[in-house]
Amino acid sequence: MTVPLGEQLVAQGGPVIPDFGEGSDCVVDNRLFCPDWVRDNWSSVLQPALVEHIELTLIAVAVGFVLSLAAALLTHRYRHLERTFGSFSAVVYTVPSLALFQLLVPVTGLTVTTVEVALVGYTLLILYRNILEGLRSVPPDVLEAARGMGLTRRQTLWRIELPLAVPATMAGLRIAVVSTIALATVAALVVPKGLGYPIFLALREAFNTEILVAGALAVALALVADALLVVAERALTPWARARRVT
Amino acid sequence: MIAGLDLHVFGDALQFVFDERRLILEKTWEHLLLSGAALAIATAIALPLGVWLGHLHRGSFLAVNVANLGRALPSLAVIAVGFVFLGVGFWSVALALVVLAVPPILTNTYVAVDGVQTDAVEAARGMGMTRRQIVTRVELPLALPLIFAGIRTATVFVVATATIAAVAGGGGLGDIIVNQAGYGLEGVVGAALCVSVLALLADAAVGLLQRFLTPAGLRAEARAFEPDVVTATEATLEQLGAKS
Repeated sequence: MTVPLGEQLVAQGGPVIPDFGEGSDCVVDNRLFCPDWVRDNWSSVLQPALVEHIELTLIAVAVGFVLSLAAALLTHRYRHLERTFGSFSAVVYTVPSLALFQLLVPVTGLTVTTVEVALVGYTLLILYRNILEGLRSVPPDVLEAARGMGLTRRQTLWRIELPLAVPATMAGLRIAVVSTIALATVAALVVPKGLGYPIFLALREAFNTEILVAGALAVALALVADALLVVAERALTPWARARRVT
Repeated sequence: MIAGLDLHVFGDALQFVFDERRLILEKTWEHLLLSGAALAIATAIALPLGVWLGHLHRGSFLAVNVANLGRALPSLAVIAVGFVFLGVGFWSVALALVVLAVPPILTNTYVAVDGVQTDAVEAARGMGMTRRQIVTRVELPLALPLIFAGIRTATVFVVATATIAAVAGGGGLGDIIVNQAGYGLEGVVGAALCVSVLALLADAAVGLLQRFLTPAGLRAEARAFEPDVVTATEATLEQLGAKS
């Protein structure tokens, strides 16, 4: 499974002669959903794709988060940087994912790097804006109280501004993770990794079961990740819950 | 030293776009047709529904969850599932794109109409306006900027996603991008450049349309209260996650 998909994908159309190897009647007939195919191919096809998908997403979001945090902190300190960072990430955001992957191929080749650079690019706008928004949402009287208590600038940042920016940051992380999971399916066009790879292969052969299962896994992964981040957000901001109770 | 660093491909790509301008124009036209059809259908569904729910101030649960679900749906998976149930072709892909374009338009429309100041609506009622007049003459014009922000998000998203349509026989510039065997890397990169430019142009075009359709009074007001308008739009966009 190492041939880059770009080389072998041909646009669909016309009659397709299915050849799914040996298998049950269900697989040979290409019925809508064949549980036995899923059972037989879970550990060889679906599970590795799922794990790769999670890896691609985690790396992209982690790198994107570090870069965005740095950029947001810089902007918070030096306001004139906002226009530069903001418009750069907005342009990246408008470029279609499939196109961005392909535009990077001549620079970084058919590698995971290409995929990650593109995925990180897309997380930047969301995370940068949300972190900055969070840092700026700290009420001025809180900041004055901090100054009055004799906190240095650094202490104010670490003890007041960053903790209070957590809700907005987590909201951004949720969006970034979910959209990265969605975008990473397209990455299979560059490297044979992630849940997009079985989807692309199955589309080429019009094999229903694999399309549906891999597609459903991608959706399920996004929903589960979103739910986990909601839980994490609640755990990180106990004060929000307390306020809700009163 | 970097693996596969051959930047001359970009030059070749521009040459490809020039040499094959007929093909590129034809595929661009297909691309626009597909995106336009999907956007028109999605707007026809989402706009009235959002206005209606927003006018009644009901269904915030629905509007927010549709947005969340829309974000979680990988476009490739939606197109692939559309392919399984609807087969190969233009309308199969167009319908998949409609599914992806409805959430941002619906949620933004709902938030916009729901958020129209009650004072304005009550004044209109006091002036003896009918329900219909309130919706068409007060709520809709006031909600227009935010509604357009949603349509703009959906437009960029659909133009971008229509590229993936090629794998399900939808045509468009994606046909070239996924067929490296046929067009070579220069063709793929050339088509990718064209799609990027197309997305930026579509974004700008809807932005212009928005400015053109916003009532003059509101335009002046929007300038006066610019920070508010910007944060409102950005908040919605962030809630929506612009793209998935």
